[in-house]
Amino acid sequence: MADHILSWMTFFPVIGAAAIAFVPRERSEVIKTIAAAAAFVPLVLAVQLFINFDRGITDLQFVEHYTWIKSFNIEYFMGVDGLSVPMVLLTAFLSFICIIASWKIDKAVKGYFALFLLLEAGMMGVFCSLDFFLFYVFWEVMLLPMYFLIGIWGGPRKEYAAIKFFLYTLAGSVLMLLAMIAFYYNVTDPVTGDHTFNMVHMMDQANHGGLLNVNSARFLIWMGLFIGFAIKVPVFPFHTWLPDAHVEAPTAVSVILAGVLLKMGTYGILRISYPILPDQAAAFMIPMAVLGVINILYGAFCAMAQTDMKKLVAYSSVSHMGYVLLGMAAMNETGMNGAVFQMFNHGCITAMMFLCVGVIYDRAHHREINGFGGLMTQMPLYGSVFSFALFAAVGLPGLSGFISEAWVFMGSFQVHRTLTIIAALGIVIGAAYVLWMLQRVFLGPKNDKYDSLPDISAREMFTLVPIGVIVLVLGIRPMIVVDLMKTSLNHLIKVVSG
Amino acid sequence: MTVGLPHFLTIGAALFALGIFAMMTRRNAVALLMGVELILNGANVNFVAFARYVDGGVDGHLMAAFVIVLAAAEAAVGLAIVLAMFRNFGTVHVDTVNRLKR
Amino acid sequence: MLSENSILWTALSILLLPLLSYVIIFFFGKKLPRKGDWVGVTLLFASWIQALRIFVTFWRHGDPQFRVEGAVRWLDLGRFTADAGILVDGTTAVMLVVVTTVSMLVHLYSVGYMHGDRRYERFFAFLGFFTFSMMGIVLSNSLLLLYMFWELVGLASYLLIGFFFHKHSAANANKKAFLTNRVGDFGFFIGILILFTAYGTFNYLELFAHMQVAPIGGALLTWAGVGLFMGCIGKSAQAPLHIWLPDAMEGPTPVSALIHAATMVAAGVYMVARLQPLFDPSAMLVIAYVGSITAFLAATIAVVKTDIKKSLAYSTISQLGYMVMAMGVGVAGAGMFHLWTHAFFKALLFLGSGSVIHAVHTQEMPLMGGLRKKMPITFWTFAIATIAISGVPFFSGFYSKDAILAGALAFGWIDGHIVPFVLALLAAGFTAFYMFRMLFQTFFGKPRDMERYEHAHESPWTMALPLVFLAVLAIGSAGWKGPTDGWFGKFVAPYDMEMIVAQYGPAGHDVQAEAVHVEAETTEGHAAETQADEHAAVDPHAETPAAVHGGADEHAVAATHEGGHEGGHDVHHKAHNTAMILSILTAGLGILLAWLTYMRRIISAPAILARLPWVHKVLQNMYYFDELYAATVYRFTLWFSWLNGAFDRVVIDGIVNGAGYLTRVLSWFSGQIDKWVVDGLVNGVGAAIQVSGEGIRRVQTGRIQTYLVYVCFSILVLVLVFRAL
Repeated sequence: MADHILSWMTFFPVIGAAAIAFVPRERSEVIKTIAAAAAFVPLVLAVQLFINFDRGITDLQFVEHYTWIKSFNIEYFMGVDGLSVPMVLLTAFLSFICIIASWKIDKAVKGYFALFLLLEAGMMGVFCSLDFFLFYVFWEVMLLPMYFLIGIWGGPRKEYAAIKFFLYTLAGSVLMLLAMIAFYYNVTDPVTGDHTFNMVHMMDQANHGGLLNVNSARFLIWMGLFIGFAIKVPVFPFHTWLPDAHVEAPTAVSVILAGVLLKMGTYGILRISYPILPDQAAAFMIPMAVLGVINILYGAFCAMAQTDMKKLVAYSSVSHMGYVLLGMAAMNETGMNGAVFQMFNHGCITAMMFLCVGVIYDRAHHREINGFGGLMTQMPLYGSVFSFALFAAVGLPGLSGFISEAWVFMGSFQVHRTLTIIAALGIVIGAAYVLWMLQRVFLGPKNDKYDSLPDISAREMFTLVPIGVIVLVLGIRPMIVVDLMKTSLNHLIKVVSG
Repeated sequence: MTVGLPHFLTIGAALFALGIFAMMTRRNAVALLMGVELILNGANVNFVAFARYVDGGVDGHLMAAFVIVLAAAEAAVGLAIVLAMFRNFGTVHVDTVNRLKR
Repeated sequence: MLSENSILWTALSILLLPLLSYVIIFFFGKKLPRKGDWVGVTLLFASWIQALRIFVTFWRHGDPQFRVEGAVRWLDLGRFTADAGILVDGTTAVMLVVVTTVSMLVHLYSVGYMHGDRRYERFFAFLGFFTFSMMGIVLSNSLLLLYMFWELVGLASYLLIGFFFHKHSAANANKKAFLTNRVGDFGFFIGILILFTAYGTFNYLELFAHMQVAPIGGALLTWAGVGLFMGCIGKSAQAPLHIWLPDAMEGPTPVSALIHAATMVAAGVYMVARLQPLFDPSAMLVIAYVGSITAFLAATIAVVKTDIKKSLAYSTISQLGYMVMAMGVGVAGAGMFHLWTHAFFKALLFLGSGSVIHAVHTQEMPLMGGLRKKMPITFWTFAIATIAISGVPFFSGFYSKDAILAGALAFGWIDGHIVPFVLALLAAGFTAFYMFRMLFQTFFGKPRDMERYEHAHESPWTMALPLVFLAVLAIGSAGWKGPTDGWFGKFVAPYDMEMIVAQYGPAGHDVQAEAVHVEAETTEGHAAETQADEHAAVDPHAETPAAVHGGADEHAVAATHEGGHEGGHDVHHKAHNTAMILSILTAGLGILLAWLTYMRRIISAPAILARLPWVHKVLQNMYYFDELYAATVYRFTLWFSWLNGAFDRVVIDGIVNGAGYLTRVLSWFSGQIDKWVVDGLVNGVGAAIQVSGEGIRRVQTGRIQTYLVYVCFSILVLVLVFRAL
């Protein structure tokens, strides 16, 4: 397994899904165990990756390079660098947590877990692939399980949400496809002279030809890619699929959606748009920063207006992804590192929040913020854990979110001073909606209606505590993760800033 | 009068014509089968006759033997179908058994 | 006497012992005997001892410029680096003693006060957490770390204010406290960003040195100062962000004593004192005005409050205003001195009031009275604190307040801004008045509620001991001398900038904003001159950082020093005497009025209030700050969030759904075309075939006989045809 660690990480869940297909549908415990095992192996491999990853070099590591479809020069090209490793770790970690968090699923168990494992494979593939075609395939592979997971196991408006999610993302994919084809026909392999999908070749400006030497065409391609990825992030005004999808999706799917899927958008921008079209990226700094600020504030204000807990958390994701955009728009050391670290942290923190919302939803069967009150008395442990997650979301120092947000602000303040000051208002608004919700749900006199709610269970704690530990440890020693990425990111900054 | 090829051919043709006539006119399935037998035997007569007068080899005899075996098999299957038909419809009249037609 | 290295380790232990207490009690408190309160008390006692060791070391050293710094690399991105470090100097040593002393006493006090509470162990855990965070503020050597602990004390404050979270009022109060602080922190953070962007470091001393060599040009420096000061406005409850502190009294009384009187709220003052060189004269002026206005407003409100804790809260705000004003008028040492004395007597006042509340189960002063005989220890200690805060000579508060007033007066004489002094002096009078009013209403006269009076009793020793201890400090902590001529001068003095520049100067240092450098250099000469001039006028002792800013020009600095010493000493001396006389007079007047009103009842308070109903109304409503915010900020925020939510739901989602709907309409049309036109053609072909098939079908009878007939006829026809050919 050591040789093809990335392929194993990507395809082991597929093997698991295939194994599940052979288990009779009544044996749900067996199915769940297989799923957990299939998700656990990538997690173990991720730890191995974390240990063996060489932090000092910018090269791609753990590379696997084979010909796939000869006639179109499509390659099976996998590899990771500092940008993708944190995302791979996050994916492996959250997928396992989510399988455990889905233990209570009782509707069509077989399909659910098989699809979930396929989803993991798709996400993993996106973060590992270095061939644009392969990237695109994984990108689409991950869409389908998501559609079914929302559409079948979702809430009351699941069909609407699933279709909205699917169409939105598909629209983005189309733009990406066009950009991909444009790249294919205008990039040549320096060795063979053929067209290529190889991203590494695409990143070398010397290989660009044809349309890619025309500035307006480059701009159009950049915009196509940007919108394609922006839908995933989601960037205002393409964000409305997110609250609906989150509200309707089952808990674990929401976790994956917010924890990993959103990162694919920003990852795509950093992996593809920035290095391939650095000139356009540099020219797009200010619009991107503006969008980031809008995301931060607009998301925060929208979150404040929500009465559904899950919707509130969903809008907080919009707000927090705004920090990522703002950091990326700064294109300097602190900004970029902050942005990628924020991607990782937001994945963990928002996962905790969604899991916590799931806990109360399982018990009270609603998520209406104003319908609760005084839960801290009834469920003290749960209250503490949820408060921890919420304060992490507020960006409390000592928890990981603070460091990344601070870096983002430090980076962007050097470049966009006024915008950063406006964005910093987000830390006030962010605290406001979080604390307001905390108060309405947990504080105040106890609501007698919920006298019988049991406190958080051991299994639920098992899903939450590891994330909490990571959030805390990274808040104190952020370099554990930042060391992985800083070399590659600093190299990327050099590429972009010329 | 010596018996030559034309005599055999005449008998064969007659048998064939009788068989055809039987199949055209009779409605009873058994009778139809008997018509088929007549046709086959008409052909057999021709095979044997040609073998004797024209070819001189054993090809015609061989073919005749083959046809006889085939006819036996055909009769067995045919009668089995007729039997099944009778069981199911209570008749061996082919006109009345027309369920597939509608 | 500790070596430099062991000072650092001792300081680290002071930081970590409370954290250990938090961890132990938080996770294992329920299982420990007595729910682990002894763990907290013991560990805090240990860290108090450690703090005293550091204090003694600095005492013996006797040099306010002596400082020890130790740091480890914490964040490293390549170009960007940040250290986590500890900076211990005289100011720190003083703060360490303040925080550990009060914290230890409050821990002990809480054993009695919180006895029997359902979340007893949580309370001690949170106290430990608070002390840890506060220590972080005190010890940190960089703005980043300071900001982090700044937020953490905010969290501790949030948790402790909301300790009785089942009450709506507590749940509202802690949210209000956190959010109000966040508003201040917003400015604080921007200030940090400005400084970081300019100099690429967070380290205090490096920042000072950079600032000295190449000041930020233009108004940005002022904004940096004002931004930093906003953090102080939030944390130290200065106007206009003071509104959270009175509400914070929803927390248990020991918390009010520790966090909202003695330590956390003083963090803002401490921060400004420690970062003095980063504030330019304009920022200092803002600080002076904000402080004095706060001192005055809060003192007037305290006069009409009947809730003993609320009244004390406004008193705290007012005293914090003094300290802040001291920072602004350039006598930071005096401000720190007041912080020191105030911490003890205000903690004592709160703990005393807690003892009273514990006994009579109400916070309303009109329901108390005559408790003197029932609770002698509480009474005597409370009285000592009252005398101390009122500024009666030979009690600690007198010396510190006097120094501040003298500084303000000197500032007014030299700089023309006399308003801060006037406001502060008036506030001193009000302070004496409302404090004695409180004392008289609570402990003297006849008991107004006999039932409560009967039940009242002296508190247990765990509560009484801290009172006595603090009372001793309230009398003697100033050492019967002012901040500059007494022992305090060994600990707190303005930074020796030349030394700092020599040690931490930007030689070969990577400064992120070289552009700023260039800009600074072009304006340097001019800035140095003007600032030096201004400075000579502002501060006779060359204490303010303004001198520092002009420091790029050696000559200007020298001139400032000389100029400062020449006339300044005289002015300061004169101001000192005048201010002392005036402050004793106003304090005496306040006490006299209180005595006349509440003891002798010669002056009738209701009658006066009846004469001035609008004054009473405004004061009772705390100058309508809350109403103002409710009508503007809160309302706007909620409305705006509603607007955004609606916009998202109606407009953006409307566009999305509209696009979806449009697609469906289009698809319906194309479906219709498909159905009628395209499908029509296809179906037409099919139908034609079907019709013709119907006809041809007749040929197929299914009768073998018929087929045979066809066959025979066909053969016949074929034979005939071939024949014919």
